Formats: sequence, C-alpha cells, structure tokens
Amino acid sequence: MSQDTPKSDIPKPNKSFPTHPHAEAVTENAWSKLNAFTDARIGLGRSGISVPTKHLLAFQLAHAQAIDAVHTQLDSDALAKALVEQDWAKDWAKDWTKNCAPLLLHSRATDRATYLQRPDYGRRLNDESANKLDEHRVSTSQDYDLAIVVVDGLSSLAVEQNTLPFLQALSSHINGWSLAPVCFVKQGRVAIGDDVCERLNAKCVLVLIGERPGLSSPDSLGLYLTWGGKVGLTDAYRNCISNVRPAGLVYQEAARKAFYLLNEARTLKLSGVKLKDRSDDDLIIDTSKESKNFLIS
Amino acid sequence: MSKPNSTFQFKNTVGERTFGFVDLADLMAKATPARSGDRLAGVAAQSAEERAIAQMTLADVPLSLFLEQALVPYEEDEITRLILDDHDKAAFSLISHLTVGGFRDWLLSDLATNEVLIQIRPGVTPEMAAAVSKIMRNQDLILVAKKCHVKTAFRNTIGLPGHLSTRLQPNHPTDDLTGIAASILDGLLYANGDAVIGINPATDNVQQATRLIKMMDEVIQHYEIPTQSCVLTHVTNTIECIEQGAPVDLVFQSIGGTQATNDSFGFNLATLAEAQAAALSLNRGTVGNNVMYFETGQGSALSANANHGLDQQTCEARAYAVARKFNPLLVNTVVGFIGPEYLYDGKQITRAGLEDHFCGKLLGLPMGCDVCYTNHAEADQNDMDNLLTLLGVAGCTFVMGIPGSDDIMLNYQTTSFHDALYARRVLGLKPAPEFDLWLAKMEIFKNNEQFTLNHQLPDAFHKSLNRMIGGRS
Repeated sequence: MSQDTPKSDIPKPNKSFPTHPHAEAVTENAWSKLNAFTDARIGLGRSGISVPTKHLLAFQLAHAQAIDAVHTQLDSDALAKALVEQDWAKDWAKDWTKNCAPLLLHSRATDRATYLQRPDYGRRLNDESANKLDEHRVSTSQDYDLAIVVVDGLSSLAVEQNTLPFLQALSSHINGWSLAPVCFVKQGRVAIGDDVCERLNAKCVLVLIGERPGLSSPDSLGLYLTWGGKVGLTDAYRNCISNVRPAGLVYQEAARKAFYLLNEARTLKLSGVKLKDRSDDDLIIDTSKESKNFLIS
Repeated sequence: MSKPNSTFQFKNTVGERTFGFVDLADLMAKATPARSGDRLAGVAAQSAEERAIAQMTLADVPLSLFLEQALVPYEEDEITRLILDDHDKAAFSLISHLTVGGFRDWLLSDLATNEVLIQIRPGVTPEMAAAVSKIMRNQDLILVAKKCHVKTAFRNTIGLPGHLSTRLQPNHPTDDLTGIAASILDGLLYANGDAVIGINPATDNVQQATRLIKMMDEVIQHYEIPTQSCVLTHVTNTIECIEQGAPVDLVFQSIGGTQATNDSFGFNLATLAEAQAAALSLNRGTVGNNVMYFETGQGSALSANANHGLDQQTCEARAYAVARKFNPLLVNTVVGFIGPEYLYDGKQITRAGLEDHFCGKLLGLPMGCDVCYTNHAEADQNDMDNLLTLLGVAGCTFVMGIPGSDDIMLNYQTTSFHDALYARRVLGLKPAPEFDLWLAKMEIFKNNEQFTLNHQLPDAFHKSLNRMIGGRS
C-alpha cells in the first residue's frame, strides 16, 4: 500500500486487497462472483493448485483477529464505569438499592491458559468474589427478580462491543423488575452465572458471554437465561440466544427474544428444555422467497 | 508418585522407587501421551516419569488380559458386550501369545503384511489397539496404518492404496440453497467430493434434512457424479426422512465409546441397526452397500460425563467397535473440533489424529480425519498442513474439503479444497477411480496424472453459472 493512501481506504478482509506483482501466476475462477451469495471463501482462484497470496494473507488476518478476541483481557472496570454513565442505565437503575454499583468478579481460573484447559474452574467464582457477593447479600438482604452477569467467555471483543447496546435495548423492556447489581466476571464460563444467581438470591439470571470466535465472526455475544440458577445445573436448564452482534442477531431483536424468555420463565417458574422460544410463532414464513438450486433446472 | 500397596494390580520398581497402578484402566490412562482432556478427567500421569513407567508396565501386559478384564463393566455397557461377544478367538490365535510390547514389534515386523492384518482384525479389540498405540511413536502409527488396507464402496470405491478421498462440506449458516450450491460448485471444480457431499445442517430437523437431501440428490443425478450425499442430522431424523421417501444415500451419526455417551447422543446399537436396514432397503448404491457415515472424536465421553474413569483415547477406540458393527462407508475422527480442554495444541491434535487413524485402520475401518482446529486452540494452518501431510503418508482414507478452510456455519477451520490438491500433488494420491474418470470426462482435471486443473470453466457448468451471474458482470 502506498504511503498516501487515506486511512479510511485500508482494505478490509474479504472485500478488496492490495495487488501483488506476478498476477499472471494466479488463475482466477470464473465463478468467483458467486461470493455475492455466500460468505464462504469460494472462487479464491489458485496459484498452481494453492491459495493465492492475497487470500492467504486475508485468512491469516481473520485468524489473528479471532485469536486476539480470545486472548485479549476484558477491561471490565472500564466497561462497568461506562455502564453507570449511560443515561438509560440511570433511568433503569432507579429501583436499584443504594448498593447498585456494578460488581467486578473473577472465576477460579487464574489466567487464560488455565481457563482454556479447565472449564470446571471457569464455572465457579474465586473465594474473594464469592465473599464479595455474600457480603452484599448480608448488607442488603434484598431479593432480586433478575441478575445480569456479563462474562468474558471466549471473546472479550464481543463483550466490549455488544454489552452496552444490548442492555440499552433490553432496558426499556424490564421496567419494574428489581435488578441485582450488574456483575462483570473475568475468565468465566456460562455456568458461573448460576454461582452469582444463587449468592445474590436472584430469581433468575441472564448471562451475557463472548462466544467462541469464528473467522468471520470474532465478536459474537451469547445470552443464557436460567430460572433459579444454582451451582450444578446443566445446560438442560438454560435457554440460549446466540450470535448477538450488528452483523448477526441485532440488538432490538435479541432484546425482544430475551424479554420473551424472561417473561415466560417468570410466569412458568422454569427455564431450559421445558421453556420453548415461541417468540417468532407470529411471523409468517414466506417460502416464495426460498432460493432455488441454480446448479440444476 | 504412588506408594506400593496391595490395592495396586500393577507395580513396577525402577531403581529405588516403586510405581503402582490400581487397575488396567488406570495403567492405560497413565500410559497415554500427555493431553489436556486426561488431566481434566483426573486420570493422567502425574509426572513424565510416571507416564514412561506406565508405558513400560503396559508393554508387559498380555493381550489376553483385555479379554479377561473389561474396562467398562459387561453388565452395564452394551459396547463392552459387543466387543467381547463378537470377539473372534480363531483370528486372535495368531497374536494371543503376545504382550502389548510384543504386539508393537509384531505389527512393525514383516510378518504383519496387509493380508495377515486383515486376518487378525476380528481378533483385535479396541482396547488392544488403544494399548499398543500408547507405546508407539508417530512414525510407528503411520507405518502400520499404511499397511492396513480398508476398501468400501457405494457409488464409488473408497480406500484403495494410493488414493485419498475428500468430503465436500458446503455448510451454510442459514442452510441457504444458493449459498450451499455455490460451495458445492466450488468444491467440484476443485476436484473435491468423492468421499461424500456432506452438509451439517444449521437447522436440525426432518423437514430441513429432507430439503437438503433432495437438493444434493438432484445435483448428483444432473451431473451424473459418482459420489454420495449425506445430511449430518440425528440418526432418528434420517430414519424419518427415509420413511417419508427422501432419497437418502448415507445415514449419519456421531458415536462414542461407552453406552452412556451414546445415551447422551440419544441412540443405541438397535437404533443404528434400524437405520442401516432402512438405508439398505433403498438400494441406492451402485458399486457397493456401505451405507453408514460415522463421526467420532477424543473427549466426547468425558464431555458427556460418561468416560467411566477411562482416558479419552481408549474411549475413542471403543467407538470404533460400534462403527465396525455396521460396515460404514466412512468414519471420520473430528480431531481438533472439541477444543483445547481436550486437545490443547497442534502437537496434541496431531498425535490424536495419528492415533485415531491407526486404531481405526487396525480395526478395519475406512478411517478419515477432519484435520481441524478452533480459534481457542493453540494451533494454526501450519499445524494442519503437518497433520494433513502425515495422514496422507499414512494412507488416510479421506479428509474434509471446504472453501478456503473456513467453515462459516460451525465456526472452525478444516482442510480446504486447495489443501486436498496439495496432498495429491506431493504424495501422488488419486481420488476414487470412478470419480477420477468423471473429473476427466467433465474436463475439471486437464491432466489426472499431474492433478492439473483446467484453466477454462468446464462446459457442463457454463449454463448454471450464466444463470446466476450472467447479468451481473
């Protein structure tokens, strides 16, 4: 890239690339324009029978971004500070107790390498965090309808990008619910929400967690709802909403689905396999737009 | 280090120190080359020395002990019953005098020809295969696997020596037919898809599976491709698809090595028998009758909390007893998909891939490998290049082929269409012979011997392509 290239013209992966010399060594594919119909890496062309340089490097960039999403530490302190400064959060928090400041917690996994190899450590709070919650409970003796637990999981990027916009979208739905202080957990897995839920004596828990990053989606947030979360519950007791991000399930939609499940859970006093997501039952599926198989006919 | 104690079935004194192992399962687990999943299960050796001593101790165990001491109780587990009830004593008689260590020497020796290895297959149990693999180096696993020829067939012939097949894996996050068709076209034009065209559906139900099965059947018929299709949905869904008249070629199921694992997957041996019979009744194979496609992977038993205190590689080998009962066309160990809590890095993934391929082949399975990794494992494309090359040398039956190594539905990386051509070129490995002829006929390959692709778009695909992008250029 030349030095005077404007910053905004930096090529994005998959879309445009710098050209390399010896382009005649690359055989382009006549069908490369089919990439308009899929995000799959089709029609890459070939250098001999190998992947051309520009696509090799684009792949490596995508992999690098995914690795960084896994290994970059979540700055939960900054995220918690940003949350309390939001106008909608001040509104939203008016029913909170005076001890409503977000709580910063940590799992039993001391570092990322341990976290990746010991999922059991990532499901439990460390002693300091457990004590913090126990003290909160003693000092407030408050019961809560809902605990929101924000967990780094496998993508701190997903948590940093999507937490505040999603919570803003959710905030208008849950007026009147008594909310526990929002908890931010580092080196956590989904089930750590149960540990939090039980210690805060909340009726249910909504976990926001960074999902395992894909090459094309390093920023995907997952939502997990458990009614009566307590240590030892399996996934059969949880409801999941996946792929929350601007290019996936958008915030308003995710918030609508999450609130549907929260409300159903509160009505039925359960969650998991017995709680079906029928939030889309009213939608009419238009099969006339069903794509045809262009390879035949 | 463990202290000598009467509760130990096996003891080994080296110098001043005595190491004890509670039972055969404990000895097997501690003799297993290091991996994160066995540490997570709490069954791994506590030190490198304990592991080496366990391997020495295991080497002295007679093969016949595996017939006397079931690692999972016979009464509790239908896979143990399958292994012991189907064991062929006559076939075993050739190796019945051997210890695990002696078995390694015998397998490596010139006594163990392809013909002899076929002869002993029904006498080898998964536990014997797992045990000997634990004391074999990577080159041993490659050398012996290469001697084990396993041929299967449906619309083409898979597993001939000097051949490597590929599963074309055109997954799409919303199962969009145009997106899937685009990936199928890409794969076929890169000479992939002779093992199977196999889709992991994003929406897993009977209706969706039927839609995808029909779509692939139309493509295979239209272009007269000597290959087979499969939708990787639950076995009970496929049975329903067949009942509703869907054109099912292969029945898929993920399988594990303990009954409790398969319970958690929602099937048992009777379910598989029912599915196999249903698929056979359609009689859709043209050159053979192998109608099952199984996937496995180390760690699935622990993940289902159903490992009975066994190490993950022994559980994996026991899954092959399930597979061989149903004469599959393809068995695929999805080695790096499960994540770093089971196989931490490229080194562990590579070792596991070679172990699985060896054990599968020794037991007579058409063993392929999904050479793959997730973004939270300590692995990258270079690790995959290495394992692909090693498996190609070992005579692996098939690998995956996917556009640009990136599965946009399952969010992991596996081998690409380009990677398969690399393996063909450096190792001289041909596709299934019927498919190879088709590639020549369709002018996809310009030169089948050199694995050279045509520069021009083959005529047969012009019309389809113009329909999609004719107006767009």
